[in-house]
Amino acid sequence: MIPISWYLLLSAALFCLGVVGFLIKRNLITVFMSIELMLNGVNLSFVAFAHQWHLVKGQIFVFFVMVVAAAEAAVGLAIIIAVFRARSTLAVDRIDLMKL
Amino acid sequence: MHLILFIVFAGLCLAGAINLLLQSHPINSALSLVVVMSSLAVLYLLLGAEFLAIAQIIVYAGAIMVLFTFVVMLLNAGREERTLGSRAGKIIGFPAVAVFLGVMATVILKAHGLGSASLSDPITRTDDLSQVLFTELLLPFEVTSVLILIAILGAVALARAGSGDHPTNKDPFAGTPGGESRVSK
Repeated sequence: MIPISWYLLLSAALFCLGVVGFLIKRNLITVFMSIELMLNGVNLSFVAFAHQWHLVKGQIFVFFVMVVAAAEAAVGLAIIIAVFRARSTLAVDRIDLMKL
Repeated sequence: MHLILFIVFAGLCLAGAINLLLQSHPINSALSLVVVMSSLAVLYLLLGAEFLAIAQIIVYAGAIMVLFTFVVMLLNAGREERTLGSRAGKIIGFPAVAVFLGVMATVILKAHGLGSASLSDPITRTDDLSQVLFTELLLPFEVTSVLILIAILGAVALARAGSGDHPTNKDPFAGTPGGESRVSK
């Protein structure tokens, strides 16, 4: 018997690790991976709540999140390839054309 | 049994996430993200979501991470430089994340009425899931297919040779005669 709150704590920890990765990583691809980590943390809490209230729709929402994440990964990685082709770097500090 | 499985795979999950942050080479980060996603699939299975567990492995640990490793190898991404990063991220970001985690933990631990999960709980079968998905939520399901189609078109348009190229780069595929004449007409 595991309390549901442990799963929720794990999901909050995963989300926060994703945010920290988003802040400290300097590589465009790794920043993108941190976003995937945040999405996974949220998915875990959806599944935990779906189990808590015996609702199927929570799991279906996770399914939709996976679909959107797949679309996002395809488009985002295409953008990364285009950026790399134009600027020959993946460091987010050097991709600063729009910075004031 | 449930407790042991939870502790092992939650530990693997957190260790993979921390390793993602500590590694400086993107390919190591990608592989530790595979560990995180696979252990999350086991946690979904413990919560009785069998379809999502398999979908997590196939879609996330399979397709998306293959895409990531493919791009890392295609672009030959090297070791990332350790720069200090933005000062705003350090000063505002980390305290904000710590406060967020603290608030979430307090809310979760103080919440009443949260039950518990055990291995003897009924699992959500795939036909239960599909019955709701294909009757009640049919329209959102069809809309996601359009979304996927648009994403494919967008990815092809963005990553096509010639788009986003630096003007000085001569691309061998940019000036095909068919494309030129079609533009001129």
